[in-house]
Amino acid sequence: MSIQHIEIQIIASLVAVTCALPGVFLVLRRLSLMSDAISHAILLGIVLAFFVVENLASPLLIVGAGLVGLAVVVGVELLTRTRLVHEDSAIGLVFPALFSLGVILISRYAGNVHLDTDAVLLGELAFAPFDRISIFGHDIGPRAVYVVGVILVINLAFITIFYKELKLATFDKALAATLGFAPLAIHYVFMSLVSVTAVGAFDTVGSVLVVALMIAPPAAAYLLTDTLWIMLLLSAVFGLISALSGFWLSVAFDASIAGFMATMSGVMFLVVLLVAPKRGLVSKLLTRRKQKREIATTMLLVHLLHHENAKNANIECNVSNLPEHLHWHRSMINRIIQFAQKSGFLSRSGELLALTDSGRKRAQEDMIY
Amino acid sequence: MLTREQEYAVEVEDLTVIYHEKPVLWDVDLRVPTGVVMAIVGPNGSGKTTLIKTILGLIKPAAGHVSILGRSYNQRRQVVGYVPQRNSVDWDFPTTVLDVVMMGRYGALGWIRRPGKAEKQQAHEALEKVGMSKFAHRQISQLSGGQQQRVFLARALVQDALIYFMDEPFQGVDAVTERAIITILKELKALGKTLIVVHHDLQTVTEYFDWVMMLNVRAIAYGPVKDVFNEQKLQMTYGGRTPFLNVVVAEKNAGNM
Repeated sequence: MSIQHIEIQIIASLVAVTCALPGVFLVLRRLSLMSDAISHAILLGIVLAFFVVENLASPLLIVGAGLVGLAVVVGVELLTRTRLVHEDSAIGLVFPALFSLGVILISRYAGNVHLDTDAVLLGELAFAPFDRISIFGHDIGPRAVYVVGVILVINLAFITIFYKELKLATFDKALAATLGFAPLAIHYVFMSLVSVTAVGAFDTVGSVLVVALMIAPPAAAYLLTDTLWIMLLLSAVFGLISALSGFWLSVAFDASIAGFMATMSGVMFLVVLLVAPKRGLVSKLLTRRKQKREIATTMLLVHLLHHENAKNANIECNVSNLPEHLHWHRSMINRIIQFAQKSGFLSRSGELLALTDSGRKRAQEDMIY
Repeated sequence: MLTREQEYAVEVEDLTVIYHEKPVLWDVDLRVPTGVVMAIVGPNGSGKTTLIKTILGLIKPAAGHVSILGRSYNQRRQVVGYVPQRNSVDWDFPTTVLDVVMMGRYGALGWIRRPGKAEKQQAHEALEKVGMSKFAHRQISQLSGGQQQRVFLARALVQDALIYFMDEPFQGVDAVTERAIITILKELKALGKTLIVVHHDLQTVTEYFDWVMMLNVRAIAYGPVKDVFNEQKLQMTYGGRTPFLNVVVAEKNAGNM
């Protein structure tokens, strides 16, 4: 492993974790799409700040981008409040306007600097190790490590210190307001953090993939846990795994690092979606099949109960007549009979079915409903 | 000895709330003495929820003035408890019953300080009171509607307030929950708390409450149930739209004879 590979992995991991933490609250607050809007619109902030300071390394670029990110939040709210457009349309109106303004400004006035539209959309993680910081002529490492590192510390500090307030404002805004916790102020501070996070990640993975790193890990974590802090932890871990596995895949296939990172975050979400123990699709499918089988078993038992002492019992309780009487497919009938036999609810002699004591009890109990 | 202002738990003067150029509350006056259990009744869209939200500072009035024990809400928030409508929150939020109940202590804790052993203890006691001890560590998405309501009630109990506002606590709950809520209302009343409850079931007003406010954008009437809860006022509040009213009133009159 070369030193550059190590540095890229450090940057990728920092970016992924930095994005995943605020992403948890975006997902819980149903604001996932705002990350998309913010990550695009901040381009305008970066361009405008660049015109002022004429230096791509200036921290003012982050401030500018953060302000534009906040402008998106406020703009969407103001538009929604007119009640002439819905929130989703408002998002779709505000951020393309700001983003396109940024694109125009770059293409017209900044064509010869490193700010090009490709880098904006996809990032240049592979080049990040070449942009270094030195103090008194002494190289102290890639700039991205420090930029993203500081943003990570800010995110961690904010979420840790205001954990209780964030939780309450996210779960029950009205109670937060009556208790004096200023949920609106918390909202704006939090969205500013999302903007700043997007800027920090933007430089390395580009504006499209920031969204994947903010949303996919928390969305996967949400399916696995019922505890907020574990959701935060799991999101960070998923982010980390996406970053590292994405990096090594990109080395193996000699393709975009950011592309593979985002892909891996999506793959991880898909896997969790399928196999999550309680909420996964597989587990849901199994539960539903089990419920269907239980209900069918009850129906069969009730049918037998109704007819077991009747004169025509040998007709009604005959396996070969059941498909006609119950309107079930023969294969389903055989399956349910087998299951009921195995559970000890009925006994079979030749073609005739008879309830056992426990089968009779179950049929009587279930009929109450 | 209470000053004149403090005789009233809640005092609302000339309150008007406008929502999208349409008045939802028109010049409402209300004086609730301390220690009463008051229902707010009125048809859908009559401004019941808006009224308590405005009293709690969640909605800004276009005109008028609210005071709690003679002061502004912000100065009194420590003594006010709030039970919002249960569908106002996302019950899929990743947290437990105990955790939600502890949120009632957040106001007393203030910024940054985290709940600890004492808060946990209080939350457990409140859950015991509403019959939800067994559910303390359950995830909140696994609760039934009635259980959710009892969790909200427990959360209000740990606030240890003097004045409680409850928004439709009886809405769509099971019999066990209804009994639990009534028991709590009685206990709180016995402790001298003031309770203001948005209520939709006219049949139970006389049974559960000692005061009532009848609201339909304007305050039609408020006062002790026996003085104001009559056919004429109900007609004014609901218009001719609720045929069962006559039954309620007839039963009530029969009871008085």
